[in-house]
Amino acid sequence: MAKYLLLKHYRGAPAATNDVPMDQWTPDEVSAHMQFMQDFADRLQTTGEYVDSQALSPEGTFVRYDGEGRPPVTDGPFAETKDLIAGWMVIDVESYERALELASELSAAPAAGGKPLGEWLELRPFMSQPPTITE
Amino acid sequence: MDEALLRTLTPTVIGILGRRGADFAAAEDAVQEALVEAVRAWPQDPPRDPKGWLVTVAWRKFLDATRAETSRRHREERVEAEPPPGAGVAVDDTLQLYFLCAHPSLTPASAVALTLRAVGGLTTRQIAQAYLVPETTMAQRISRAKRTVTGVRFTEPGDVGTVVRVLYLIFNEGYSGEVDLAAEAIRLTRQLARKTPHEEVAGLLALMLLHHARRPARIRPDGSLVPLAEQDRSRWDTRLIAEGVDILQAALASDNLGEFQAQAAIAALHADAPSADETDWVQIVEWYDELVRLTDSPVARLNRAVAVGEADGPQAGLAALAELDPALPRYTAVAAYLHERSGDPETAARLYAHAADSASSVAERDHLTRQAARLNTQLRS
Repeated sequence: MAKYLLLKHYRGAPAATNDVPMDQWTPDEVSAHMQFMQDFADRLQTTGEYVDSQALSPEGTFVRYDGEGRPPVTDGPFAETKDLIAGWMVIDVESYERALELASELSAAPAAGGKPLGEWLELRPFMSQPPTITE
Repeated sequence: MDEALLRTLTPTVIGILGRRGADFAAAEDAVQEALVEAVRAWPQDPPRDPKGWLVTVAWRKFLDATRAETSRRHREERVEAEPPPGAGVAVDDTLQLYFLCAHPSLTPASAVALTLRAVGGLTTRQIAQAYLVPETTMAQRISRAKRTVTGVRFTEPGDVGTVVRVLYLIFNEGYSGEVDLAAEAIRLTRQLARKTPHEEVAGLLALMLLHHARRPARIRPDGSLVPLAEQDRSRWDTRLIAEGVDILQAALASDNLGEFQAQAAIAALHADAPSADETDWVQIVEWYDELVRLTDSPVARLNRAVAVGEADGPQAGLAALAELDPALPRYTAVAAYLHERSGDPETAARLYAHAADSASSVAERDHLTRQAARLNTQLRS
């Protein structure tokens, strides 16, 4: 099994194929989308491929150390041009192909007009533990 | 195997070990070990006297631990350093345990964890699961909390105010995992209310019961939030409401008002309305005035603006809102609501979308997005 991170972006990813902001959908379309996301996570739990998922607030700040006894330096909120992560899902799957398949299904969540959203999800493999047997 | 009974006995047994001379941290450890053994042994061989069984086993665990060379040395040093115990006061062990677990030297998160374990009898794994942190993290939090209160004597008088705040936190932070934290907070508050006549304990218990009564109507099967005005009131638990109202009335009769009684009074007025339209908003505004006077809390002021909007119209609500800091959480959502009521759906839709961006929970964000979508759909047609 291999773990993958599916990253969803508020901005920074290429535009979705059905790129209408959610507040311009109908309430039923919003509900259908939410239900799809919930069902997707539930289904992955039953297949034993779900690890974790979290949503992030769009508010964020850069922080860095600024020397002994000094308060940390902060920079933010993030500039409008900054790549902004909206949330993630971690999956544990048999193959890269399976990870692609699941990411594609998630990207097809219903959106405006009931058509698939077609948003770009970033798929990132986890670094794994070194194997015990190497020869 | 009666897990509920086991958990009810936990604080009592810790208290008994404490009276026999065990310090809190050691007593708590010993009782946790005894609980683990009970879970293993009781299904095959249920004891006739569960409490006696737990006391015997926990006391043995305690002795085993203190007999270990290092612990003994540690303990001797500590006993020497402690002042001699004062005159024995007959105090309720469980009540003292509440005070200790909510001791002001603890951070709120530590007090919550320690209360759930020592008073509530939950395992570290259950608490960790409820708060979505790894079990090792929660174990560390609990053992650090225990070290912090090590020097506190069982007979020191405690502050009910700190205890009710901890119980409020447990209730209010929702629930996940196998343990229903809201129900657990109610159980612990009920138990506390039996041991102290303090009006704010009664007020908190009433507040919890009145909110818990609405739970079946608060969330749709898909997890989305249902606003108070849209809730199916036939699904509210009338038994819990009646109990909450009785408890609140008895507390208010003592004429020692506090913030939890005021909050419970507001919840009771909502519970009392057969439909949203029949809500007594004028009285609710009066209770918010009391709450603002008692707490000076910006959140109370924000909620007051909503109530003013209902009692005196949306323009009055917007005027009350204008006096508050726009950086307050949920300020924009309230502004959106009042603008819609005042007949300005364009502004409301824009504000709802904006409010969704700064929501602090997914359920709230989705709800606000849906409101914006609803208004924009209406505006297009």
